[in-house]
Amino acid sequence: MSKLIVTSIGPASSVQDRGRYGEQRYGLVPNGAMDRLALAAANTLLGNDPFAACVEIGPFTASFTARGSAVRVALTGASRSAEIAGRPMALDASMTITDGETLTLGFAKGGSFSYLAIEGGIDGEETFGSVAVNQRAGLGSPYPRPLQSGDELPARPASGAPERQIELPTAVTGPIRVVLGPQDDEFSDEAKALFLASEWKISATSDRMGYRLEGPFIKHLHGHNIVSDGTVNGSIQVPGNGAPIVLMPDRGTTGGYPKIATVISADFGRFAQFPAGTPFRFKAVGMNEAQAEARKFAELLRSLPDRLRSIEGFELNLEALQDANVAGSAVSAVDAGTWQAEVLQP
Amino acid sequence: MAASLSPPRLLPSGDSAIAVEFARTIDDIANQRVLALDKAISAAAVEGVTETVPTYRSLLVHYDPERIDFETLGARLVALAEAPAAPAASARRWRVPVNYGGENGIDLEDVAKALNTTPDEVVKRHVGGDYRVAMIGFTPGWSYLSGLDKSLHMPRRQSPRVFTPMGTISIGGVQAGIQCLAAPSGWHLLGRTAVRTFQLHRDPVFLTEPGDRVTFYQVDAKTFAEQDRAAEAGEIIAELVAA
Repeated sequence: MSKLIVTSIGPASSVQDRGRYGEQRYGLVPNGAMDRLALAAANTLLGNDPFAACVEIGPFTASFTARGSAVRVALTGASRSAEIAGRPMALDASMTITDGETLTLGFAKGGSFSYLAIEGGIDGEETFGSVAVNQRAGLGSPYPRPLQSGDELPARPASGAPERQIELPTAVTGPIRVVLGPQDDEFSDEAKALFLASEWKISATSDRMGYRLEGPFIKHLHGHNIVSDGTVNGSIQVPGNGAPIVLMPDRGTTGGYPKIATVISADFGRFAQFPAGTPFRFKAVGMNEAQAEARKFAELLRSLPDRLRSIEGFELNLEALQDANVAGSAVSAVDAGTWQAEVLQP
Repeated sequence: MAASLSPPRLLPSGDSAIAVEFARTIDDIANQRVLALDKAISAAAVEGVTETVPTYRSLLVHYDPERIDFETLGARLVALAEAPAAPAASARRWRVPVNYGGENGIDLEDVAKALNTTPDEVVKRHVGGDYRVAMIGFTPGWSYLSGLDKSLHMPRRQSPRVFTPMGTISIGGVQAGIQCLAAPSGWHLLGRTAVRTFQLHRDPVFLTEPGDRVTFYQVDAKTFAEQDRAAEAGEIIAELVAA
């Protein structure tokens, strides 16, 4: 049987897909890819369903070996060096790993997550329509936990289809846009102004549950306990220590801290890619703008097949290649569990 | 029945969800309106709504902004919330066994001390309660119950525990809970049940629904261990007394 063997991998790497929806009323969060655009681009390069399962690879190095046959893959997301048995592999492109060869990935640069798609997808047992990993609930397939060295991902023999690249729009820069609420009235005008005017940094103790922010103290008007209500990806809750936490796809379905604002869905993947330490600002936008951006983002996802190009003349990311062994921008290992007990509890 | 009810607040939760808020505090009437709106949305099959999450005092409505916008959906939800609710279907009631105290309920004695009473009296008040599943959240199957005896209301622990075991039966503030998976918690642990409110490869995967009634009964440690083995094998253990 053909497979891709995980020969080495760092923390914060797991199989992720569209996520499982419809069970949040029972406390089961959707999980799913941090960066949906990168997930869909990787799958589109191989003719897979755009939201099929990929390997979501965190900031650290990783390598994968083809066994049983050649395996065709595609790589998108964070910039990083990539080579197959010494041959450079372009980002946002497909390539075929010959039987026995190894794909070697360097540290992420200017991003946090890469998406490695496998032609034909990653077969696994779906729960509520998804194989995405949710370690706490024991969900995810082929492994209900983050990936480890030695894991084996089932694959199909490479089809021999011509390799492709995908032309993605120039990366958006600028502030992360938010819609205020649902509990912005739990904060004074001064606190809201401070939240919007300040420079924030993502703490190194962030993970797929939440990104903790470092910046000024955001004070509540009436204390930090509210009656638990529902959360979404991008909810920005402010616990008692005044340091906002942006809830990510492994969040709890409900939470009991006031939520000052919510990251708009079109900016969520871009935000999720920010490495620890990245300085950034928020900007409040109105609902009409947020929803227009959401529709544009959906349109972009649908346009991906039209953005495929033949591989000839595709310029390699030489800068990333030169940094193959430089760990400069990697974040420290995520320290799951220490802060979650204090801020994520019923 | 009143001709119409006061309108809820529509709170934007980003561009793809609205929190429909009926109250700011834990409030039984608000929770019933949440559950009634949840049913009404489901019955009306509102265009663009992808899923709903009932909580104590608000209903989070997830939707697809490509199919419906905030204003249109908001108006629709307010209209549904103001319409007199259909008579509530007779709620299901679950009887849930609990082994109180000892290693399964490590906070029972401290709770009794803090309330200036005996562990037996705490058990009596907890087991005597008539509860309703107000919401399910945080982690899969964690059922938040309203109906906790007022004499058992007490603040959560100063410092939450990083680990509490699956099946934990606990109280925190004015709430009681059935916890399914091991998780961090700042609530007081009174006992454990073998009942799994969430179990893969069992039909149904999720046992409780918001709105279900719950009563507890006491079992000894030996019975708990037997029930736990049966539950592990897929038995539901909880008895359904009314459907």
